[in-house]
Amino acid sequence: MTNSIGEVKECDYLFVIGSNTTETHPIIAVEMKKAVRNGATLVVVDPRKTELAELANFHVPLKPGANIPLLNTMCNVIIEEKLYNQEFVANRTEGFEELKAAVKNFTPESYAGIIGVPADTIREIARGFAKAKSAAIFYTMGITQHTTGTHNVMACANLSMLTGQIGKPSSGVNPLRGQNNVQGACDVGGLPNVFPGYQAVADKANSEKFSKAWGVKQSEKIGLTVGEMMDAAHHGDLKALYILGENPMLSDPDITHVEHALSKLDFLVVQDLFLTETAMLADVVLPGASFAEKDGTFSNTERRVQLVRKAVEPVAGKADWEVIAEILTRMGYPHEYATASDIFDEVSKVTPQYSGMSFARLEQGSLQWPCPTPDHAGTKYLHQGKFSRGLGKFIAVDFKAPAELPDAEYPFVLNTGRRLYHYHTGTMTRRTKGLSGIYGEESIEINPADACKLSISEGDLLKVSSRRGSINVKANVTDRVPAGMVFTSFHFAETAVNFLTNSARDPIAKIPELKVCAVKVEKAS
Amino acid sequence: MSNVNLTINGQKVSVPAGITIQEAAEQIGAFIPTFCFDKDLTAPGACRICVVEVAGMRNLPASCVTAVAEGMVVQTESPVVVEARKMILELLVANHPLDCMTCEKGGNCRLQDYAYRYGVTGGAFVGEKHEYLPDSTNPYVYRDLNKCILCGKCVATCNAVSERGVINFAFRGFNTRIATFMDADLKDSECVYCNRCVAVCPVGALVDKNMMGKGRIWDLEQKQVTCTFCESGCNFNVNYRDGKVVGVTAANAAAGRPLCLKGRLGINFMQNPDCIEKPLLKKDGEFVAVTWEEALGIAPILEKLKVINK
Repeated sequence: MTNSIGEVKECDYLFVIGSNTTETHPIIAVEMKKAVRNGATLVVVDPRKTELAELANFHVPLKPGANIPLLNTMCNVIIEEKLYNQEFVANRTEGFEELKAAVKNFTPESYAGIIGVPADTIREIARGFAKAKSAAIFYTMGITQHTTGTHNVMACANLSMLTGQIGKPSSGVNPLRGQNNVQGACDVGGLPNVFPGYQAVADKANSEKFSKAWGVKQSEKIGLTVGEMMDAAHHGDLKALYILGENPMLSDPDITHVEHALSKLDFLVVQDLFLTETAMLADVVLPGASFAEKDGTFSNTERRVQLVRKAVEPVAGKADWEVIAEILTRMGYPHEYATASDIFDEVSKVTPQYSGMSFARLEQGSLQWPCPTPDHAGTKYLHQGKFSRGLGKFIAVDFKAPAELPDAEYPFVLNTGRRLYHYHTGTMTRRTKGLSGIYGEESIEINPADACKLSISEGDLLKVSSRRGSINVKANVTDRVPAGMVFTSFHFAETAVNFLTNSARDPIAKIPELKVCAVKVEKAS
Repeated sequence: MSNVNLTINGQKVSVPAGITIQEAAEQIGAFIPTFCFDKDLTAPGACRICVVEVAGMRNLPASCVTAVAEGMVVQTESPVVVEARKMILELLVANHPLDCMTCEKGGNCRLQDYAYRYGVTGGAFVGEKHEYLPDSTNPYVYRDLNKCILCGKCVATCNAVSERGVINFAFRGFNTRIATFMDADLKDSECVYCNRCVAVCPVGALVDKNMMGKGRIWDLEQKQVTCTFCESGCNFNVNYRDGKVVGVTAANAAAGRPLCLKGRLGINFMQNPDCIEKPLLKKDGEFVAVTWEEALGIAPILEKLKVINK
């Protein structure tokens, strides 16, 4: 997030796109509701009528994948009506003419059909965004899990820069990260193309710097993303995998492909709290430690680094970092850390955003990066006065349809997501008795009009199939989904929806298109 | 902001203008009991237990909603104040099950604490008592309205903090009670069991069902940890007894970024019988538990990883 969670309630114009916030980020949704109560305008862009959509001043039920048409038409209106922040565009950005040319043909009239609201409503939303005292974009996987995921994000950034709604309180581009420490994992270099602190591996200066810091020659070759690893394993190019706390056998697209890939490996190590679907395929399973069993830090979606304290000793006798350090040592790279604090000292040494942080400081309270020096108070919102790259660059993006669209054989769009009561692949929450009592079984949402055509009643067992597989799941007949779409979550192994999803990826970020694939729906006999 | 000078219990104090008597008293450590007041919720000034004596005022004002003023002379526990508080407590206790010996909130109950402080035994008034059936239909919140003192904090937190608005006051007079829409059980309401109401309940009316029978406040130790379930990273306390985790409670009931249901309620996976407690090695298609030494030291891991590294 470029802003902080605490700034949400003071925001005047909330533009929530591709985020079912009340279910996936309930705490941030509380702040959004406070903003609405304070008189803010709420726009929710989602094909489904989510709880937040019901509260919205404008609900835009766009066709799946039509994010760029909406964002570009908004830019079109703002430029046409000269509502853009001319001072901001002139002083802080570059590439305005390219953007102007790119959105020229994106008139509200030409795209209203796939955006799902009348052209005048698009204009009204665009004007509101441009004129608001503070306007913030909030997005999650509804924007990113598309073959145009990276372009979708760029289109969001274009809108914010065009209107100058970034780099000030309660205004910015806010991707809501899904997990407590996914931000931290990226910050410390848990990505194939960067070292800690987002320093590109392909840059010779960086690889030399880290070779020196770690005493081991670093490669300048960009590594593989998860999806690419599966492909490589499938082709026999990848021989071994060490998976920590992840369950791709439920969470990754096209599970059949994942299973083939993992079983082709020479060697698979899985470290987890439980014997997950993925762990069952492993050669060795190492016990993981739960959050209450370890010391360390979590860096959350607002870049806040918080200390995690151990409440109980690790059940299996070793904290996760001890296991990793021991494996490293035994492989010939001696790593001797006495405590989690030692590791954090290394993190702050090599990660510019963290260089002012230490366990001693974090004991006093959490800090938001960038925090470059020991006396720096941390950063509440990003890009004040200057962007990281200097000038903000407009990038012209064009509309491209999703990789797989419905046709005669597979007439429905399958959309996937999450439920309030469960977390990811359910490894933890499905083992929680009370949550099973409240939400113990998954169903698939189908619009009453479609249900009627197919003679489907509430609770009927359906067979849902795509080109990659099929699952049986009970029907939930509801107008929360529009006609032509079905929706379910990936939390449940019994109805593992990722057997159906498409592993087609965004060419830049390599994120799979989990939000759109074509399926057919029939009653299970 | 300018300061005002006042006298509390004979002690001269200077505090910022605009704060309440209750806040001023807190600064000098003078005790004032509260039921309906919570610093993160709007003070309704309803329960009257926080009344104090202010020289020259006709009535005893509720200190949680009365602003300090220049030259004020305040007594926080004078005989008239004590008499008023005793009366309030007698009236509350007259319609309260006095089952403190088995109540989950024993030792952590404001009604019990204040009754003890002011010597209220429940003998002053004898009258009708509620006989509601406790609502235990859901897995998380045990709701016994017989113990409710109608302070309204659960309503305020549900409406203002979590923005759910699931509960509110219903009915009138003696029959007033906290109810969901259509007075349904919680399981049939819009409640998602975030348990914030449980965190603010001053008495035993709302209890975390997961922690029932597992010990009372004096049996438990607490350690603060950060929740892992989402990006917010809220803090909560893990309660444990004899080294065994028995449940979690919010580190901050309402302030800041409050905990949601996933964090508060999703911890049963800890100490779950399925938990992997030892490294497992697949031998002939079956997992066999081995020691760390064996798992980490096995030649295949090292050899294979080394080969692949080349």
